[in-house]
Amino acid sequence: MIESIPLPTLDDPVDAPFWAGCRHGQLLIQHCADCGRAHHPPRAMCPHCRADAFVWRPAAGTGRLWSYAVPNPPLLPAFAALLPYVVGVVELDDHPGLRLVGALAAPGASAIGGVDPAQVGIGAPVAVHFIAVTDDTTLPCWTLSTPTPAAIPAGTPASREDLS
Amino acid sequence: MSALKNPVEAPIRDRTAIVGIGQTAFAKQLAPTELQLACQAIRAALDDAGIAAHEVDALGCFTQETTPEFEIARNLGFGELHFFSQVAHGGGAICGALGQVALAIASGLARVGVVWRSRKRGDPSKRQWAGVQPRVGDHWKWSRPHGLLRPADEVAVTMRRYMHEYGATRDQLAAVALTQRAYANANPLALMRDKPLDLAGYRAARMISDPLCLFDNCLESDGAIAFVITSAERARDLRQTPVLIHAFSQGMSREHQLMTDYHGADPLVSSSAATAANLWRQSDIQPADVQVAQIYDAFSPLVLFSLENYGFCGRGEAAAFAADGGLAADGRLPTNTAGGSLSEVYLHGANLVSEGVRQLRGTASSQIDDARTCFISTCDSTPNGALILRR
Ligand SMILES: [Zn+2]
Repeated sequence: MIESIPLPTLDDPVDAPFWAGCRHGQLLIQHCADCGRAHHPPRAMCPHCRADAFVWRPAAGTGRLWSYAVPNPPLLPAFAALLPYVVGVVELDDHPGLRLVGALAAPGASAIGGVDPAQVGIGAPVAVHFIAVTDDTTLPCWTLSTPTPAAIPAGTPASREDLS
Repeated sequence: MSALKNPVEAPIRDRTAIVGIGQTAFAKQLAPTELQLACQAIRAALDDAGIAAHEVDALGCFTQETTPEFEIARNLGFGELHFFSQVAHGGGAICGALGQVALAIASGLARVGVVWRSRKRGDPSKRQWAGVQPRVGDHWKWSRPHGLLRPADEVAVTMRRYMHEYGATRDQLAAVALTQRAYANANPLALMRDKPLDLAGYRAARMISDPLCLFDNCLESDGAIAFVITSAERARDLRQTPVLIHAFSQGMSREHQLMTDYHGADPLVSSSAATAANLWRQSDIQPADVQVAQIYDAFSPLVLFSLENYGFCGRGEAAAFAADGGLAADGRLPTNTAGGSLSEVYLHGANLVSEGVRQLRGTASSQIDDARTCFISTCDSTPNGALILRR
């Protein structure tokens, strides 16, 4: 069993620009150079037009929490040390239907966690927050945005009664 | 949808049968190796069928199987082999392994097939996520570095979304685990035979990945199960009631991602929907005709998702279906009647197939009266497959 957080390989030509973007504080999304469609996770070929050239464009870096889990032990030691943490799926505001897995972090934090799961709900607005986990690897994580009263549709947060 | 009578469009229909089933003891930990367990289960399946080992000329197994075909063949004394296939995606594989061997026999490529699964998983070091590498290069690089690490975490995300969309509750989900535990309590071979479970016990259980608790997760167990398949014609002369393979399909949805299947247009419509459309298209037996079901249950939400994707329930209705007793012996669709992966044994779904065969033979521990049709599925969150069995 590994002691560290499992990290992504960074040298795959299909997604290397994504990880380079994270290192530079940008959430880059792969777009087909031919038909312009956005893809995530990145692809070797565009399934719409079979083009294999891509451009990378920064996303706004805001989204809504599509769903999430709150893992409990047994976990890899590196994650057990971060409990409790919330990890989920974020749907990007500027790319409807495009979803990324990511964990929640407190604003300015250098590790995931530090967010009370009871304050989290489906539909919550989030903003990307980059965390350098090693010298060469930066992960896109998410912080809860302070919702304005109208930002979350009524009834959207997960009902805690359901989870009791 | 109407059944197609043209045999060209359903080349497998009723042309092969499962004629032998065999299994080892099941336990949290067993002493024999996976190869030893596989040999014991296959020997028992051949004895059950009354077929000699040298007649076997086709094999089917999982890509995750650690016992190689050549070792199986040389230990059991099989004849020359003419067909051997392996099916990927773990919990999604058993129906594909059986169906591909059945296709080989139906097409005349081979005469007698063996399909097996042997697995020692009781040791924590064997857990799949325990083998995560320091650098992840495959599709899991998009989830595991973030702490979405185990299959339970991946399914927990989908289940929470399901609860959000349809108002389903954990108490409704509990019906899956409780119903299956009741079946296991009636099954003398089930690991959980002596351990009753009620709603209070479920509510008190520790969380594994909120909203999933301990009892929403399959057992970690050791054992092996094997099957013998041959032509329906040959099956008529054998000692067991032939259990015919009526329909078979595999399925993979567009945009599928293994276990983190969040990227399709509607993540609650899984690869099971792709399997279902092609399965029911071939089948004279439709969802309303199914008398007993074995639905893959490494995690209890997969049962709910499969009930909907295969058309046994409408969208968002499966949680209430389960809570209202639909899965119980006297319910509309008795499901996982030996206790399933949650309470009998976790053998990657092979345990569900052997129970389906027992139901149609009339030898199940919780026998459904005059069961003649059985539906069997595999993992809802992987590329998968399904079978319709009948007698
Ligand atoms: Zn394109």
